[in-house]
Amino acid sequence: MDGSNLPRPRLVVIGNGMAGMRTVEEILALAPGYFDITVFGGEAQPNYDRIMLSPLLAGGKRFADIVLNDYDWYEANNIRLIAGEHVDWVDRKNRLVRGAKGSEVPYDMLLLATGSNPFVLPVPGADKAGVLTFRTVADVEDMLAVVKQGTRTVVIGGGLLGLEAAHGLNLRGADVTVIHLMPTLMERQLDASAAHLLERALTRRGMTILTATETAAFEGDQAVTAVRLKDGTQIPAELVVMAVGIRPNAGLARAIGLACNRGVLVDDWMRTSDPAIFAIGECVEHNGQVFGLVAPIWDMAKIAAKTMVGAPAPGFTPVASVTRLKVSGVDMVSAGAFMGDATTDDIVLRDAARGIYKRLVLRENRIVGMVCIGDASDAAWHFQLMKDETDIEAFRDTVIFGPVSDDAADPDAAVLALPDSAEICGCNGVCKGTITASITAMGLTTLDAVRARTKASSSCGSCTGLVEALLKSALGAAYAPVAVKPMCKCTTLPHDEVRRRITGGALKTIPAVMQALEWQTPDGCAACRPALNYYLICAWPGEYVDDAQSRFVNERMHANIQKDGTFSVVPRMWGGLTNSRELRAIADVVDKYSIPEVKITGGQRIDMLGVKREDLTAVWRDLNAAGLVSGHAYGKALRTVKTCVGSEWCRFGTQNSTAMGVALERMSWGSWTPHKFKMAVSGCPRNCAESSIKDFGVIATDAGWDLMVGGNGGIKLRGTDMLCKVTTDAEVMEYCAAFMQLYREEARYLERTAPWIERVGIEYVRQRIVEDHAGRGALWARFHHAQRFAQIDPWAEQSTAPEPAQYSHVAELV
Amino acid sequence: MDGMMAEAAFIDIGGLDDIPLRGARTVATAHGTIAVFRTGDDAVFALRDSCPHRGGPISHGIVHGHGVTCPLHGWVFSLESGAALGEDAPCIARFRTRIEGRRILLDIAGPILAA
Ligand code: SRM
Ligand SMILES: Cc1cc2nc3c(=O)[nH]c(=O)nc-3n(C[C@H](O)[C@H](O)[C@H](O)COP(=O)(O)OP(=O)(O)OC[C@H]3O[C@@H](n4cnc5c(N)ncnc54)[C@H](O)[C@@H]3O)c2cc1C
Ligand code: SF4
Ligand code: FES
Repeated sequence: MDGSNLPRPRLVVIGNGMAGMRTVEEILALAPGYFDITVFGGEAQPNYDRIMLSPLLAGGKRFADIVLNDYDWYEANNIRLIAGEHVDWVDRKNRLVRGAKGSEVPYDMLLLATGSNPFVLPVPGADKAGVLTFRTVADVEDMLAVVKQGTRTVVIGGGLLGLEAAHGLNLRGADVTVIHLMPTLMERQLDASAAHLLERALTRRGMTILTATETAAFEGDQAVTAVRLKDGTQIPAELVVMAVGIRPNAGLARAIGLACNRGVLVDDWMRTSDPAIFAIGECVEHNGQVFGLVAPIWDMAKIAAKTMVGAPAPGFTPVASVTRLKVSGVDMVSAGAFMGDATTDDIVLRDAARGIYKRLVLRENRIVGMVCIGDASDAAWHFQLMKDETDIEAFRDTVIFGPVSDDAADPDAAVLALPDSAEICGCNGVCKGTITASITAMGLTTLDAVRARTKASSSCGSCTGLVEALLKSALGAAYAPVAVKPMCKCTTLPHDEVRRRITGGALKTIPAVMQALEWQTPDGCAACRPALNYYLICAWPGEYVDDAQSRFVNERMHANIQKDGTFSVVPRMWGGLTNSRELRAIADVVDKYSIPEVKITGGQRIDMLGVKREDLTAVWRDLNAAGLVSGHAYGKALRTVKTCVGSEWCRFGTQNSTAMGVALERMSWGSWTPHKFKMAVSGCPRNCAESSIKDFGVIATDAGWDLMVGGNGGIKLRGTDMLCKVTTDAEVMEYCAAFMQLYREEARYLERTAPWIERVGIEYVRQRIVEDHAGRGALWARFHHAQRFAQIDPWAEQSTAPEPAQYSHVAELV
Repeated sequence: MDGMMAEAAFIDIGGLDDIPLRGARTVATAHGTIAVFRTGDDAVFALRDSCPHRGGPISHGIVHGHGVTCPLHGWVFSLESGAALGEDAPCIARFRTRIEGRRILLDIAGPILAA
């Protein structure tokens, strides 16, 4: 017998959040089966990573990506989860927990992990529909239900949470204003110089920032329509997000008579005033301090777990934590006493042109505080020096420039030298000791296995190199990284890894990528430079500055080079439609510039072949004047949308395929893609537009539209796969945008949709586009965000630029 | 032989900044079109703008290190020697250049002859 007939002590956990479940994980690791565990969760979902709500809102993650422990985990560990039921009473005398829906569970030991409540400003109208807070996945769902392109949104609070909400909503297309009471943003983490750079960066992203501004009321009948400020100004708003602070959620503890102040009072071992009740996380107050970040909570969880199972534990002492902005697209880190005082001095590095500011606050040659913005690449190192209270006198002159100035330039050696307590993965709070211990204890041999077991490097991936160094040192020669095909001879990294590190490491220029990823050639080659240029455009829309010299000639010249060095010019003909004005303009251009050949292309438009380089800009200017724009026949980009005549004319047509084709082309023109992207729309299953060999093909049916993907009529013929059937025109547009974005984000450079789908499987694409509704919405939003910066006619741009040098000789000596 | 050209004839063809970094511009001369390259380290090279494969305009190629990839079929050439890397093909004719201040001078007397 395994002793299961002995009654096990019953542990009830109130709060299914980050602190509560981390403690349960620690307990399971220390003494599996020790407790009979029941968890009450006020939220309906399993335990998820609250930190990742910001990328969930911004669209960078799906809910499935941020779940920490899914239902199977509770079942596998024999934990009873009562999700979606609030505990509203604890009978301490009879040791009984009562849920709001009538559940009653007896306990021997109780753990309170009720977190915080967002603070709601006590101003008139705060209860109106459309006024939300930012704490739970339900809040994010409520925001996403309202926000559309152009939704007027006010975020109240320019702290960490407020700015993450503002950035996420901005990415979703909302028109965002941030109202902040204090004169500078994030005053609890940033000094004025850093706050100023941050404000500038956010303003550039299209947000309006109002500092030193106070909210007086929310206007509107049922739903909010405007925010009224103290000075009387009204800001129209259909959505208001309040992020003005949090309060420990100690109401239940107070009601049942536990000693409370701001939070539930706990001692160094997380015990409350009742010896059978522990408390942990944001609901507690320890030594007069309350908490709002996860790092101290992980320490609390370890100590509470040990104490609860009767093992000795050192008492809790809060350590410095570091705050970073995750999603604003601005690197920002702050920690410790960053403001400094009379007893401290500063080392400051400022590069305003590049938006970089770093400040270390020193007391007696030890770092006691830090702020950096614009470049956080050395922040982990500085933070470690601060935590270890390292005396930096010996390298004080160079410390601001980061560890490169130190002799130990070998990055692997630097990781190995870190203490076990050093945090390797910031996203998931995994420290070095945990990773090395799992590698040995569980015999892990691959990066993926480490990701699966410890979650280290599974979120943004910027710590991948560190984790690999740990694997390498643990396994020695036995460590065989999965053989992958490098992108080109300039690097050992494959396409996917390069992309992951571009986003994870916030690398924003080609030189930055080559520097950080240790490129083996000074400036790459003709294969990697165009690929990197594309990956950067895709990762940082609106921010990345396109590098013309890293583009293939056609994309640099906005025309197709021909075998004799002349060019061909193909204007866009939306959905294959044209008219007399356009045809006349084309005829005039052909005569005026003596263009030798005019041809109807296979893509339903007109090609003018043999245009001389020096005539290109003049040809475009003339075509532009008639309303014709670039057809991108030269680009790894959206090419043509072929259509048939459809229900407007054809006796078999069931839907207006021509109009649908025009709408799709209007939506997607200008988009850069890994390889060229072609579409077609046919008005009935006779399929005259050849939709079944297009990257995205649409075929009308009586009931709506069939959406098909992954077709290719080129070198290797491939018919499309059916993606799904939809009924409305709006759905066609939505699925198309989402599909293009998935392809843009996940296919490798120069991989058409056909080989991409062969590689990842149509099931995967269906899951992402059809089944995952929220994910589809997020892809859609990211596509439209990118289009805001992509839909600029390059011909108009080139032909009106002062000196478009590449179209002429630099000197003529004959 | 190299250096045996009678009269070097260096002519100012423009400023360094008239050529994009890692790019090229062309010069029309009596010897045909010459491509003048500016590499990432600000070195300048001049080669005849015609690929020995099928006459592609190498001035439109992607410049990397001291090399260029022909835009038509991807042959790679050394800008220093004009040699095609990995192809059995004649070198591309090179011309002398000189930088004075930030001005570029090109010797249009004729190509550098193989040693
Ligand atoms: C002009 C056109 C032929 C014509 O006169 O009809 C054409 C011309 C070229 N095609 Fe095409 N393709 C043209 C329609 C097609 C089609 C038919 C279609 O789009 O409905 C296909 C097959 C459908 C497909 O893509 O799945 C097609 C499959 C290709 C391929 C093979 C792609 C593949 O994935 O296997 C290439 C090679 C490549 O892209 O690497 C190619 C490459 C080319 C290039 C760009 C070759 C080059 O790099 O110089 C030619 C440029 C000529 C120029 O300067 O304009 N072209 N090409 C057509 C332009 C359509 C337009 O309006 O933009
Ligand atoms: C958008 C966002 C971004 C963040 N970013 C960061 C970051 O970058 N770095 C960082 O360190 N921290 C960040 N935080 C803070 C971090 O998420 C919290 O510190 C952490 O979640 C606190 O854990 P907790 O378990 O105490 O509270 P929670 O995770 O909030 O869990 C409390 C749970 O208890 C439940 N509950 C409450 N009362 C009851 C009851 N009576 N009965 C049943 N259930 C109840 C609640 O529903 C909730 O699910 C962020 C927070 C948010 C909201
Ligand atoms: S099929 Fe396309 S790539 Fe081939 S010759 Fe014709 S236009 Fe050129
Ligand atoms: S013409 Fe240069 S490679 Fe073919």
